[in-house]
Amino acid sequence: MKVWSYLLFIGLFLWSVDGRAVIETYEFASAELEARYHRLSQELRCPKCQNQNIADSNAPIARDLRVVLHEQLESGASDDEILAFMVARYGEFVRYRPDVDRNTIWLWTAPVLLLGLGVVALGWHLRARRSGGQSPLTPAEQARVEALLKGSRN
Amino acid sequence: MIPELGHVALIIAFMLASGLAVLPMWGSARRDVAMMNLAPTLAVGVMLFVALAFAFLATSFLQDDFTVAVVAANSNSLLPPIFKFSALWGNHEGSLLLWVLILSGWMTAVAFFSRGLPLVMVARVLSVMGMIAVGFLAFSLLTSNPFERLLPTTPLDGNDLNPLLQDPGLIIHPPLLYMGYVGLSVPFAFAIAALIGGRLDASWARWSRPWTNVAWGFLSLGIMLGSWWAYYELGWGGWWFWDPVENASFMPWLMGTALVHSLAVTEKRGVFRSWTVLLAIFAFSLSLLGTFLVRSGVLTSVHAFASDPERGLFILIFLALVVGASLLLYALRAPAVASRVSYGPVSRESLLMINNLVFTVAATVVLLGTLFPLVMDAFSLGKYSVGPPYFNAVFVPLMALVTPFMTVAPLSRWREDSAARWLHELVVPAIGVGVIAAASSFMGQQGFNIWIGLAVLLAGWVSLGVVKDFLRRVKGKGQGPFRWRALSPSFIGMSLAHLGFAAVVLGAVVVTQENQERDLRMAVGDSEELGGYRFELKRLGQLAGPNYVAEQAVFEVSRAGELLAVLVPEKRRYLASGQVMTEAAIDASLWRDLYIALGEPIGEGAWAVRLQYKPLVRWLWLGALMIGLGAIVTVFDRRYRAQAQTRSMIEHGVVGLAS
Amino acid sequence: MRVSRFLPLLAFSMLAALLYKGLSIDPTELPAARLGQPFPEFIKIDLKSGREITTDAMMRRPALVNVWATWCYSCRLEHPYLLRLAQQGVPIYGLNYKDDPDKALGWLEQLGDPYQLNIVDIEGSLGLDLGVYGAPETYVIGADGRILHRHVGVLDETVFSRDFSRWFPNKASVSGGAIDEGSG
Repeated sequence: MKVWSYLLFIGLFLWSVDGRAVIETYEFASAELEARYHRLSQELRCPKCQNQNIADSNAPIARDLRVVLHEQLESGASDDEILAFMVARYGEFVRYRPDVDRNTIWLWTAPVLLLGLGVVALGWHLRARRSGGQSPLTPAEQARVEALLKGSRN
Repeated sequence: MIPELGHVALIIAFMLASGLAVLPMWGSARRDVAMMNLAPTLAVGVMLFVALAFAFLATSFLQDDFTVAVVAANSNSLLPPIFKFSALWGNHEGSLLLWVLILSGWMTAVAFFSRGLPLVMVARVLSVMGMIAVGFLAFSLLTSNPFERLLPTTPLDGNDLNPLLQDPGLIIHPPLLYMGYVGLSVPFAFAIAALIGGRLDASWARWSRPWTNVAWGFLSLGIMLGSWWAYYELGWGGWWFWDPVENASFMPWLMGTALVHSLAVTEKRGVFRSWTVLLAIFAFSLSLLGTFLVRSGVLTSVHAFASDPERGLFILIFLALVVGASLLLYALRAPAVASRVSYGPVSRESLLMINNLVFTVAATVVLLGTLFPLVMDAFSLGKYSVGPPYFNAVFVPLMALVTPFMTVAPLSRWREDSAARWLHELVVPAIGVGVIAAASSFMGQQGFNIWIGLAVLLAGWVSLGVVKDFLRRVKGKGQGPFRWRALSPSFIGMSLAHLGFAAVVLGAVVVTQENQERDLRMAVGDSEELGGYRFELKRLGQLAGPNYVAEQAVFEVSRAGELLAVLVPEKRRYLASGQVMTEAAIDASLWRDLYIALGEPIGEGAWAVRLQYKPLVRWLWLGALMIGLGAIVTVFDRRYRAQAQTRSMIEHGVVGLAS
Repeated sequence: MRVSRFLPLLAFSMLAALLYKGLSIDPTELPAARLGQPFPEFIKIDLKSGREITTDAMMRRPALVNVWATWCYSCRLEHPYLLRLAQQGVPIYGLNYKDDPDKALGWLEQLGDPYQLNIVDIEGSLGLDLGVYGAPETYVIGADGRILHRHVGVLDETVFSRDFSRWFPNKASVSGGAIDEGSG
């Protein structure tokens, strides 16, 4: 039993990256299509792999999706159409750039909110400081200051 | 026999660490000098026995002892000896042992260099680090014993080290990264010790600052090496993927960046004390969180260790104890009294606050993006992926936001400065930088590019600040035209790090914008033009390596008829595992890399080939190297050396802090 | 003591709870995007008869659609269980995914044929429309032709009785293989 679970363990082990680079020689009608192909293939996540886009993955499903992507681009599909096609089949999971929806809205707004919050806190702090640092102490704080000063003098 | 000895050494180390975790701390509460004095001895003892265990495991690897499970799983008799050695940390169990070894190394260093510090402080710091060591040694012994034997069914040969890890970069990347990761436990321990002692002051900041700088420097170097390795070894030419495992090391780095700057303020001015303590706790917590993310399997990553929920649970409990207790201690003991030092809204303090704000937000956003799929899954809201497009979209503007302040802060005055003075000092050079930036946006190979202009603007602006600062310091009266002695290691380190940051910004933007890449079908005799270079496939061949066989393609790279380099990309098949690997060939230089990777043969003697032209890609790693070295240089500052000699403080400290 | 000092601890507690929850979640498991939708339209060839078949060929009662191929090792593991299910009267449609039809016929001859019919999907286009990302996968389709469930990986008795049996009451959940009213 132990040996078996161990063998299984070896199978699952470390760096599931395939060390073979994916290099394919697609023909594109225009350089613009080729650029879109590169961008989209890097923004689509391979459904089967650990955490790889379809451009870098050797998995058969990634290869299939690259073929589909290439076909759709050549047949004139827009980026949105291609993404919709992929999402319909594999779910939101395939998008490395999550669409803005009810769930992801705070993912996208959080950076701005956090920064805004920080700026407000910073401004508030600086205003308090500007008064020369003579922020009034409560009696309790005053007592603590004295206790601390006394303590460090011992 | 050897693995058993290693196991025993690890158990002894665990017992010594337990003593270290308890006795000096207890002694500090009872003002028992003898007990506190045990701390350095115990720390060294832990280090010696962990080193012993490490040496025994290394011996098992070098002797091909395939009865040991980790050796059988990660090594092979054909493996070159150096990789047999580095295979030790190419797996979960062994890398954990390295983690503990480095932690005990940091403990020993603290014991050695802190002899001038008050005894209570040293005792508490080492005791806190001892607690962390106890946790990780227990983790190793209970869930991930590296000395476990495969008996009675012993394989004839090992399973081999993953070919991706058979690389010099991977020999030094983990140790350096762990130096940084684990090194953050030192400022953490100082912060906890200071909270326990109830005295967070400038001297506490001065003691913990050099340790923080060094740890953060090593973290920078470790991240740099990881990025560099991914670039040349994975065969894609990418250098940053925003994979959860990368983020796990990047979050502590971002938080550490805030900490390094916040400590400067606390040391010089005695302000931001609670905040600095909090940052120290956060930085190390994020490094523990990273350990959890990498080893628990809660997130999918291309290079996570084999996931094991039991191990995940162990680390999570440990994480909860360490971080929970620290934050509780913070809540109860952080200085309730604001320091009475004042400063205006236009001052160096406020500029460094902006640094802290941006880097804390950046770390939080990376954390959010990394954990977002988990949050959605936990609440059954669907499966989402958050990848490079998101991280780039939020991270790049944040960095662009903080960069302008990097120039002003080193030139500004503490307490009160004036915007008019900054304007006066910087307006003329700023116009110069602006003109250069505008001109350089036309310099790309593909015409006008606003991003390059912006990158040059930011990088130039930062460099300008460093140059200004340099001139201000060395230009003085007397002692000849230049006062070189005015250049302290602190200043040199900071300048180096800031210039390094500028180089990273420039390299990252230029290589992203101006990268040229083509996937082609090439047969012998074919040639292609890319980025002004001509690549000709001269011949194909075969090669037998020590533990692999390779197909090779020989390319000649020339420019304007002049032969520049012969590049030989390979496709290797490793004998033990049968794994196939792309081995890219790179012609590297300061201004551009030429990168060739070999794909599959596609009939009639032709191969799929990827050619890449990557301008300024080296600047990324060169810049990161400068950041790391700069941070490490700062410890040679005289004021840190001086502290080691103030022995007289010991008695004062014992009495003063214990009260 | 200020309450705001407890905010970091509070935030961390929430994070720790999330991570604890995360330990019991499998991040690699993907729900089918097509759940609740009609089975994709197709016009394909049936493996054995060579007839042209469309979506209509597999309507009117709950059934399994099993995605398989001869290159798929796990498919061989689950094959005996599929035979047993078929014996017990569970209708199973095969989707022979990116496979060589001759090899597939050989496989059925050698190992037995649990399938009502077999959709030949050499280039994998139907698999793509379904959102298949590897074999074996097994779908449940309802009487109205909608996709009700997907299982990725080997189908066995444990999985069936846990996730599938509600659509196939009285079938296959009894170990021992009692033959059900002989409708299969």
